[in-house]
Amino acid sequence: MIPTEFDYRRAATLDEAISLLSETDGKLLAGGHSLIPLMKLRLSEPGTLIDIARLPELKGIAQSDGMIEIGAGTTHHEVETSQLIREQAPVLAECAAEIGDPQVRHRGTLGGSLAHSDPAADYPAVMVALDAEFHIKGSGGWRAARASEFFQDMFTVDLAPDEVIVKVRIAPVKYAAYAKLHQRASHYAIVGVCAALDLDGGVCRSARLGLTGAGSHAVRMPEAEASLAGKSLTADVIDVAARTASDNASDLSSDLHASEDYRRAMVGVFTRRAIEKAASR
Amino acid sequence: MSEPVAISINVNGKSEAATVEPRRLLVHFLREELGLTGTHVGCDTTQCGACTVIMDGQTVKSCTIFAAQADGSEITTIEGVGSDGNLHPMQEGFWEEHGLQCGYCTPGMIMAGIGLLKENPHPSEQEIREGIAGNLCRCTGYQHIVKAIQYAAEKG
Ligand SMILES: Cc1cc2nc3c(=O)[nH]c(=O)nc-3n(C[C@H](O)[C@H](O)[C@H](O)COP(=O)(O)OP(=O)(O)OC[C@H]3O[C@@H](n4cnc5c(N)ncnc54)[C@H](O)[C@@H]3O)c2cc1C
Ligand code: FES
Ligand code: FES
Repeated sequence: MIPTEFDYRRAATLDEAISLLSETDGKLLAGGHSLIPLMKLRLSEPGTLIDIARLPELKGIAQSDGMIEIGAGTTHHEVETSQLIREQAPVLAECAAEIGDPQVRHRGTLGGSLAHSDPAADYPAVMVALDAEFHIKGSGGWRAARASEFFQDMFTVDLAPDEVIVKVRIAPVKYAAYAKLHQRASHYAIVGVCAALDLDGGVCRSARLGLTGAGSHAVRMPEAEASLAGKSLTADVIDVAARTASDNASDLSSDLHASEDYRRAMVGVFTRRAIEKAASR
Repeated sequence: MSEPVAISINVNGKSEAATVEPRRLLVHFLREELGLTGTHVGCDTTQCGACTVIMDGQTVKSCTIFAAQADGSEITTIEGVGSDGNLHPMQEGFWEEHGLQCGYCTPGMIMAGIGLLKENPHPSEQEIREGIAGNLCRCTGYQHIVKAIQYAAEKG
């Protein structure tokens, strides 16, 4: 399977990547682990590829003003093994470790996964639950986007053709966990749930729940979140949250991996697991 | 016609300069231009791992990387591992523990095993199974591949 012809440009700086995006009918190439398979199938036929994999502006994991900033060019493997992320936001390292297989994690990047927004991608669930902020630069300058507004539909995000995701900002978080039913061959999420809890003693002051894999794009689960607010996390309360998540799930997909009914059932199961795991941290 | 790209890649310790079409996949560059046919193409869809090589110290699937992306990198293929009469401990493990039947997956499995032990020299059985999750074998049922990697880990 050979892609159609294209021109290859390696951007030396972020601004060069942005001007190449505006001047050509180009597409960014990061790890290539979503884009190249699509190009081989000729489902994507960009005229120019702008390689951003080595851009220094997209690299690095650091803490600044208490927040954690992760460059969009950070590979899944780098997220998985980062000491800072393991200590300050273990859920993210846990999520990265669940993506694909070792070879995929060595190449694929955080920014590529978010921009691509595969309905079954893992990071988006965690990003919406952690209320992440994406820092984006285009020919018009910088802007920030909230994760919950960024993912709009299947493979559709709030990103203009000349924009680059540069970094992701999240607050440190302890009581958060990701639970996933993975597709056996690819490891993509059939259903993936991230729970982020604001715990005070045994009481859950508020909760944010992110869902991926189930429908066209990652979403929050507001009804289930509300059912947890102000409650002690007893088995009954978690049960109600799981049932609420399942009952209110809309836009469910049905495909060869799972029927709509099965996905609905699994939304409940994995919501429960994510909450239990988050609370036990 | 798209503009050809000049690349220089260090393959198995030897610097290889070439001009390639941008759409040239790394695996085809290795096999067809350098004649290194030990790296196999199984699926061509990033699933099977038969095309696994080590690029700048990490295992990657060379069917899902353009040769142009590898410019300036260091690559080790199965041909760069061990030599006749002087097998790498991982190759010895596959030999001693019967880690192969048809052998199609073997070069990729050996590279995945080497990559795993570089990061985790003493993996548990579970960690070995997760470490080769990107590599498929249609013959062995994996049991002997796991043993082969355990053998190599014990030999250090
Ligand atoms: C076998 C296999 C199994 C996989 N399993 C999983 C899995 O279990 N879970 C999962 O979540 N994913 C999985 N993936 C997908 C993988 O995580 C991809 O690496 C990821 O989705 C895309 O990242 P990338 O860096 O490879 O992006 P690329 O393929 O390079 O790019 C993808 C898209 O994003 C755009 N883009 C890239 N970087 C940026 C940026 N900084 N700003 C704006 N746009 C950008 C590109 O133009 C392109 O449109 C799997 C992939 C494979 C091949
Ligand atoms: S040929 Fe590359 S993964 Fe199968
Ligand atoms: S030995 Fe035949 S595919 Fe593994």
